[in-house]
Amino acid sequence: MRVLLIGVAVLLGGSLLSLLPLSRESKSSVIYGGCFATCLVLSAMALVGVAGDASSAVLPLGLPWLGAHFHLDALAAVFLVIVNLGGAAASFYALGYGAHEHEPMRVLPFYPAFLAGMNLVILAADAYSFLFSWELMSLASWALVMAHHRDAGTTRAGYVYLMMASFGTFALLLAFGFLAGPGGAFAFDAITQHVLSPGVGAIVLALAFIGAGSKAGLVPLHVWLPLAHPAAPSHVSALMSGVMTKVAVYAFIRIVFELMGAPAWWWGLPALLLGGITAALGVLYALMETDIKRILAYSTIENIGIIFAALGLALAFKAAGMGDAGALAVTAALFHAANHMLFKSTLFFGAGTIIVATGEQDVERLGGLIHRMPISSSAFLIAALAISSLPPFNGFASEWLVFQGILVSPHLPRMALKLLVPAVGVLLALSAALAAACFVRAFGAAYLGRARTAAAAAAREADVWSVSSMVVCATLCLLTGIFPGAVIDWMQPAAVALVGGRMPPQLDIAWFSIAPVSASRSSYNGFLIFVFLVLAASFAAWVVHRVASRAMRRAPFWDCGYPGAGPIAQYSATSLAQPIRRVFATVAFDAHEQVDMPLPGDQRPATIHRFMRDPVWEFAYAPVAAGVGWMARWMNRLQFLTIRRYLSAVFVTLILLLLVLAIWG
Amino acid sequence: MSAFSLDVAHMFAGGLVLVSFMMLYQDRLFPLINALSLHSFLLALSVAWQAHIQNTPDLYVTALISIGFKTLAVPMALRRMVEKMGLHREIEAAVRTGLTMLVGIGLVGLSMDLMLRVTAGASVLVREDIALALSVVLLGLLIMVTRRNAISQVIGFMSLENGLILAGTGARGMPLVVEISVAFSVLIAFIVIGIFLFRIRERFDTVDVRALDSFRGERR
Repeated sequence: MRVLLIGVAVLLGGSLLSLLPLSRESKSSVIYGGCFATCLVLSAMALVGVAGDASSAVLPLGLPWLGAHFHLDALAAVFLVIVNLGGAAASFYALGYGAHEHEPMRVLPFYPAFLAGMNLVILAADAYSFLFSWELMSLASWALVMAHHRDAGTTRAGYVYLMMASFGTFALLLAFGFLAGPGGAFAFDAITQHVLSPGVGAIVLALAFIGAGSKAGLVPLHVWLPLAHPAAPSHVSALMSGVMTKVAVYAFIRIVFELMGAPAWWWGLPALLLGGITAALGVLYALMETDIKRILAYSTIENIGIIFAALGLALAFKAAGMGDAGALAVTAALFHAANHMLFKSTLFFGAGTIIVATGEQDVERLGGLIHRMPISSSAFLIAALAISSLPPFNGFASEWLVFQGILVSPHLPRMALKLLVPAVGVLLALSAALAAACFVRAFGAAYLGRARTAAAAAAREADVWSVSSMVVCATLCLLTGIFPGAVIDWMQPAAVALVGGRMPPQLDIAWFSIAPVSASRSSYNGFLIFVFLVLAASFAAWVVHRVASRAMRRAPFWDCGYPGAGPIAQYSATSLAQPIRRVFATVAFDAHEQVDMPLPGDQRPATIHRFMRDPVWEFAYAPVAAGVGWMARWMNRLQFLTIRRYLSAVFVTLILLLLVLAIWG
Repeated sequence: MSAFSLDVAHMFAGGLVLVSFMMLYQDRLFPLINALSLHSFLLALSVAWQAHIQNTPDLYVTALISIGFKTLAVPMALRRMVEKMGLHREIEAAVRTGLTMLVGIGLVGLSMDLMLRVTAGASVLVREDIALALSVVLLGLLIMVTRRNAISQVIGFMSLENGLILAGTGARGMPLVVEISVAFSVLIAFIVIGIFLFRIRERFDTVDVRALDSFRGERR
């Protein structure tokens, strides 16, 4: 425990270190190198800490009568590994990527503070230190979002993010207030003793959804995420998308599974519903986007939906007393959280290398990068396969576990859950398929085909730090996909603590198979699939090279009868998404097209316009914004009162408060 | 503590409330300044009595500050200011005097009712003292709110501060440091308001705060 806290202190010290008058390059490498080493140490300790005993510490900080409580248990250790592994990868990547930063002093002081904040949220064991660390994390990440404040849209992104972050923290603050009860016992172990009445439980659950969900990007609280994550520098985007959303998931788990006590049967319903809707809508949004980082941000929303659906399932199982099934669902959620950290980091790193190499973010202005950036494109491809949940990568393993959990759901006692869970399963399956389409589109448009712009044609492979960080993450995606049993077994202490049951040990099963419920029911073997894929591919390659003619011919490609088609005439990302847009987005986003076809003899070009509306923004946010604006205008009058009226306002308020005290005191 | 010392303490504190009411109906400047003088003098007596019965000699310093500064210096300065600026000696009230008095009586009733209940556990001396002190504070605020003249707002502020001191000394004596810092902050406030008065006067030829509003182009 002490070492962990020292590590966090080192990170905080790094923030101060960045203020020293050193040269730009040395400062950048010292900070990122230090963050890398610290995160690596912290994640190694947490990796061992999952199975180890819980430990805690109380520091004389924060509220004087409370102190700052810190606690490391299995759940915290799992998330510490996620945070610090992601942090280490991002720091290593930034050793190269950070050199391209124009104003490094806008990033360097906040980056270690951001990492420290996330670590502290997970270690905190009382409401005060939790919220303090949560705000540290939010504010540091806000400062990082604002790093490129001169770019168009960044200030708006920062503003929306700040609004949503404060709103979420406010909800969490209220939730902890309810949890602590009138006695105001804010330490977590005291909160767990406090039994909530059903009504208060419902309120706290709603507040936890708002507070943690707004940070994680749960629909309809997701609007800041696709604005803010892409606006930050790419290694920070990777951290925000891959890691910070997991911290929010952690907050949700901590509050709902542990602090709120025994769940009612319906607690899982909102998580399941919101999770399913979030997954489907998130990936639909992603399919409509052409900005590579926004595609990735929306895909984060989709994955958060999957994680929340699994958590809802776990809640339902836990409430029904099905501990082992609950352990399956919780493990699926935790596993997917870890996996998402790995592949989303790789993907954002890839987006960063693209931006450095070409200066472009729009996939419609890229193309053909696989020839010029071979290593980073293969890492991107692996991560894209993993996030599309294709075997033998890790995304498949965790999503498969989620579906195994859904298949157990008919054993649930409540009819509502029996009916709802398969429907959510359909939504998740749909979103998994759409995610595959989304990443075919993203990878195809950016890396395949011919370069659409001169900048894309002149791209170079990124520096060795960035590329090696991507390769390591992609390798981890493959390894955890081949040997999921090791990860599942490693996570079991957390599952036991959360739902009281555990999955059968997986590493005992021969040939690295995993069998989440029992071997007779279903099992999956990533290792054998991988071996088979490698063998089949090698055999095919051997056959091709053996049988095919060695004489290579170069000939013009078939141009469909339209000679001289430039790279712009290639199949584009938008055209690839058109069928999906017509099928799904017509309903979801009211999408329609308008073709402007000039008459024969008219010289102007034909154009096609797409129209789309965001229902969430129009129905949930625009009215609130209008209401706030109206109230602000109304309250603006208060600014122009006379001195005497200000005094009277103070006086009348005082008298009213005294009267309240006199009547009800 | 004997009943006699308790009675004397109450007499002084009640006298403060009474003088506050006097201020409330004064509609000329010099009598109002005299009333402030009397108010501060009564405060000094009350504090000195507290020092005597509580055996806390540093409260005598508080009493001396009150006499020297608030009973003599400030009223004198205010009087000079009024003469130098050749002000109208009448104060225009925003609310009619009778109504103000009624509100004042209501406020005293409210603070009595409230404070006697809230401080149920404390000693008798403290309870009465704090209740009367709150009345003085509220009456000071009322003076500030109901008058349009800047000088009378200063006076309301000073009497409000007297109420605070009364509360502080009643509650087992205020540490001298706090007292001195409060005195200094009031001094600063006085200087600031004084400068502010001269500036208004220089610019608008009146100390009616309505001039400020019309300068800002506000409707009233």
